[in-house]
Amino acid sequence: MGKLRPRVVAPVLAAVLATGVAACGGAEGSKQAASGAPAEKITLTVALFSDFHFAPLYEEFKKTHPNVEIVERRAQFNDHHRNLTTQLATGSGAADVVAVEAGYIATFTPMADRFHDLNQYGLARRQADYLDWKWKQGLSPDGARLLGLGTDVGGLAMCYRTDLFKKAGLPTDREEVSELWPTWEAYLEAGKRFMAAKVPGAAWFDGPGENFRAMVDQAPVGYYDERNNLVAATNPDVKKAFDLSVRMIQAGLSAKLAAFSPPWNTGLTKGSFATVICPSWKTGSIKDAAPTTAGKWDVAAVPGGGGGNQGGTHLMLPKQGKHPKEAAELIDLLTRKETQLRLFTEAGALPSIPALYDDPAITGFKNPFFNDAPTGKIFTDAAKALRPQHVGPKAGDVLTAFGNALQRVEQGKQAPEAAWEQALKDLERIK
Amino acid sequence: MAIRAPDRPAAVRQRRHRMRRHLVHTLDVKASPYAYVAPFFLLFSAFGLFPLVYTAFVSLHEWTLLSDEHRFVGAGNYATLLSDEYFWNATVNTLSIGVLSTVPQLLLAIWLAHLLNRPLRARTFFRVTLLLPNVTSVVAVVVIFSQLFGRDYGLINWVLGLLGMEPIAWNEGVASSHVAISIMIMWRWTGYNALIFLAAMQAVPRELYEAATLDGASSLTQLRRITIPMIRPTIVFVVVTSTIGAMQVLAEPLLFGTYSVTGGPDRQYQTLSLFIYEHFTRLDFGYASAVSWMMFVFIVVAVGVNYLLTRRAKGSLT
Repeated sequence: MGKLRPRVVAPVLAAVLATGVAACGGAEGSKQAASGAPAEKITLTVALFSDFHFAPLYEEFKKTHPNVEIVERRAQFNDHHRNLTTQLATGSGAADVVAVEAGYIATFTPMADRFHDLNQYGLARRQADYLDWKWKQGLSPDGARLLGLGTDVGGLAMCYRTDLFKKAGLPTDREEVSELWPTWEAYLEAGKRFMAAKVPGAAWFDGPGENFRAMVDQAPVGYYDERNNLVAATNPDVKKAFDLSVRMIQAGLSAKLAAFSPPWNTGLTKGSFATVICPSWKTGSIKDAAPTTAGKWDVAAVPGGGGGNQGGTHLMLPKQGKHPKEAAELIDLLTRKETQLRLFTEAGALPSIPALYDDPAITGFKNPFFNDAPTGKIFTDAAKALRPQHVGPKAGDVLTAFGNALQRVEQGKQAPEAAWEQALKDLERIK
Repeated sequence: MAIRAPDRPAAVRQRRHRMRRHLVHTLDVKASPYAYVAPFFLLFSAFGLFPLVYTAFVSLHEWTLLSDEHRFVGAGNYATLLSDEYFWNATVNTLSIGVLSTVPQLLLAIWLAHLLNRPLRARTFFRVTLLLPNVTSVVAVVVIFSQLFGRDYGLINWVLGLLGMEPIAWNEGVASSHVAISIMIMWRWTGYNALIFLAAMQAVPRELYEAATLDGASSLTQLRRITIPMIRPTIVFVVVTSTIGAMQVLAEPLLFGTYSVTGGPDRQYQTLSLFIYEHFTRLDFGYASAVSWMMFVFIVVAVGVNYLLTRRAKGSLT
């Protein structure tokens, strides 16, 4: 039992240190608080769709805002965004601070009048910090109002299991692995080699949906054009990604697991698949979902030469919130440079503040869970190469339609052409 | 007739008084029963009738939550609906899951109740045990069962493997997913219905069983010839409530598909409720309301058919 001690000591130490940091960083905030009238007790709710590792930051915020209680609530990803839509439409029930993911951001920014304009709370000054495209995603369509501040972006890489690669006789060194798949075609060929080695219980990747998504994300235009017209049916890059995904399925490379489902979590732990597409934040998801696989993973470059962005989040303040000033101060803290730096090392959230891409604390960061892969360097390189794509208002629903189509092919329910046709028909229903 | 009469004769005053008492009495007898039941009907109007009517109103419009304009389309939504293959798919799924879950469930419930309706050690223990699955949260039940029905690491496929059988991808196939969902529903509701049957069985006069035993009737014969005919009103009630419940299944398919509102990529197990939910989440309230009304009609029809069937079921004692 004596062994437990250092484990107990470490968090306590961390907490004490965090307090120290908070005390220094919060000087500006406390001045503001002091200048106001004796503050009433208020509660801020923060609605998220997963663990953003915000908890210590709340404590930090409370140091400068002793009158503020913070309650975090979490819901499953799709539910979270659906709930938010309903809450905005009915005008009640929304949290003070809500997280909105990149696939949904364009659904919400057109409802500008249902959110607080952050310009009014002095957050316009943050523009200089941000990646230009990330900043713009948080603006109302006319650009006049600032509706959300970005947390992270999702530069792409490929995570892989070194133990499974070794068993299949593939190289395990991350440089050599990156050279295995300069293109998605090459990734498919490497997959065939892996499957030929017949590693028991292991497929090449988890499911076709996420790779399809990555391929589309890397194209200059995705499902929507700049004027929000749905062009998925006619965009050759979408069809190309679909066809290549189908060929991967037909080559038997898929473990047939839907990302983030409970069986997927089990699959991560048990090594059911050798590679998984890794936007930066997913390194955190994998670590949280399969803690026992530490050291078995590594990170290589994404096929198709960088490019795409997958995911990333904004924090927004629904108009229903009664305490926009405090909430704005909170999201300022939750997105500022120091926070983003810390969340990268803790949760794999790639900063949306480009100044950090050359910060040695990030570029020098090695992720012990991923076999000491220099994820700092890998993901900041990906972020620099990132060509953001315009995300349309119903991108989430569009992706579901294509994901379902690929799963139908995978489950042998439909021929690829029929699945594609049905997906296009489903798109027509998305108004 | 407004008479202000300080000098009115006493007799008149008395008669008026009697008349008033008579009136109050009549009012009491005729009207107060309505007053007693009024709270229910007021609540029902507010939370049952009004939504029903309002849903019908909404279903005649193109109505999305995000726009304040609601265009009147008449029966347009219903016309679209009737030619929507996904709607019919959901209807067939609902019926299939309904039959698969309700029929074995009720047979099992009657049998369980029959077993418990005799002198038994630790009777209360068994009865409480029956009810336990019903007080478990549906989410917990579905999450656990989804793991049991897992394709790669599920307990059921592991057992099938031990028996030398091929693993089944439960949530991929139409039939297999319906069976899996039906089992979840049965798990939750069999015990509950068994308790209702048991309550009815205990009201059956003991003498009938004693006489039957003397005549040499077996336990099964007693169940078929005495118990079932005697508790038929309860059976009708349980069949009706179970049918309504089966038509409204939502949580099981939704969670079984890990929040896929389409009920699997090929809509293998999308029920009508889930279909409504899909359109509800797209904020397409007009269409979702039209589906709700169709579902209401289906339920009325299904309940009516089941009512007639169970009422006419063979074997009568009374």
